[in-house]
Amino acid sequence: MRIGILALQGAFDAHARACEKLGHRTTEIRKVSDLEGIEGLILPGGESSTQLRLLDEAGLAAPLATRIESGIPVLATCAGAILLAREVRSPTQWSFGLLDCTITRNAYGRQLDSLETVSDDGRVPLVFIRAPRIDSVGSRVEVLATYQGSPVLVRQGAITAATFHPELSADLSPLGGVWTSEHPDRNLMGRRGGKEGDEL
Amino acid sequence: MTTSAPTTKIGFAEMLKGGVIMDVVNTEHARIAEQAGACAVMALERVPAQIRKEGGVARASDPAMIRAIQSAVSIPVMAKCRIGHFIEAQILEALAVDFVDESEVLTPADPDLHIDKHAFRVPFVCGCRNLGEALRRIAEGASLIRTKGEAGTGDIVEAVRHLRAIRTEMRRLTMMGPEELVNEAKRLGAPLDLVARVAKEGKLPVPQFAAGGIATPADASLCMALGAESVFVGSGIFLSEDAPKRARAVVLATTHWRDPARLAEISTGLGEAMRGTQVSSLPDDARLASRGV
Repeated sequence: MRIGILALQGAFDAHARACEKLGHRTTEIRKVSDLEGIEGLILPGGESSTQLRLLDEAGLAAPLATRIESGIPVLATCAGAILLAREVRSPTQWSFGLLDCTITRNAYGRQLDSLETVSDDGRVPLVFIRAPRIDSVGSRVEVLATYQGSPVLVRQGAITAATFHPELSADLSPLGGVWTSEHPDRNLMGRRGGKEGDEL
Repeated sequence: MTTSAPTTKIGFAEMLKGGVIMDVVNTEHARIAEQAGACAVMALERVPAQIRKEGGVARASDPAMIRAIQSAVSIPVMAKCRIGHFIEAQILEALAVDFVDESEVLTPADPDLHIDKHAFRVPFVCGCRNLGEALRRIAEGASLIRTKGEAGTGDIVEAVRHLRAIRTEMRRLTMMGPEELVNEAKRLGAPLDLVARVAKEGKLPVPQFAAGGIATPADASLCMALGAESVFVGSGIFLSEDAPKRARAVVLATTHWRDPARLAEISTGLGEAMRGTQVSSLPDDARLASRGV
């Protein structure tokens, strides 16, 4: 599968390495013509305010939105999830509004508060870096994992969004199923085993 | 639950890739930098060119100015401490800065040793001129490496020298057999395990950025083309004629460094760059890069 990674600023390199380990080809997206021929899309972490300015300058916002609305599988992590959210707080900023949730930037504090932990159900390894918090989700959004009660991994249609960094974990298995169209959430949460659907 | 293990420290440096970290001396500069798309700011009292001109002992900044900048912007805030001055570093960690730059731009506090950076929860960035220096700093716990360049000159020649040295030495390593690595580690003055890792992977185990002398968008692109993954810009922005315009241009040039047509647009009409000083005209004792090797 050929996955386009938005490479304006941020963790595009870490995502490329993770994709390669999972056997996918990747292409860096910096201009509109780079979107041709991609079968999946990653919006990586980084500084969302920087990414927004660069999106605007490159004239990429509208073509990207069209592509996402067309139903291409999307993985958005951290700043990427902020870009997709319906509403962004702290500070308020423009977003695509394609993921029905409200999200607060740097909600857990500064870099000193960055941490490695696991989801509330113990099944998903979480690397948080100056992470945002999803405060609320709309009815179309399925919550796949939580931390301290807040959603950290969600899915809406073909969009999978994480407030943490699966690409930085030693165990990349939570990423394995993101690109699979059949039963994507079951693949994504492969290790939920018999308890699938229990407490989430 | 672990806070600030290597994964989150180096992971944070990954988040800064493809970006520009700008030196700022007040909240007004910090807001201009954020508005222009800087991925982080470096809070300090004087930019390197001012330190160079005014002389005296350069020390870590007043916590009041660091706090003011932290509340003025939403992007990460870094700050500098003197080489080996672990108390200044502890103070910066207590202020919850996002990265500490153990920097040759400030007057070194320890004539021989750098800080044991493993002992901190805050991540550190350190400068280097070559692969041996880079690996020594990583062994001490640096989560991010930058070239030293020659700060405050606006002359890119030293950053280029350092980027090329690192690249050449890494390539050499990848061609060596295992029996050659012990001698090479001795020659580089670097720990064997790190030397072996670079020989295998062909890159540093932490992100590698450029710094020192970047004054134009083209300088930033040149550093990216020579293997840097982001750039620090010190005096080059706020000592130029039109700082907001130049700041934005450097941000764009760091992302679009492979696109010369785009760079031609980006470089157009920016006003005068910082005047600068040719490094070759500097006496040895005025060169900051030879501090802390």
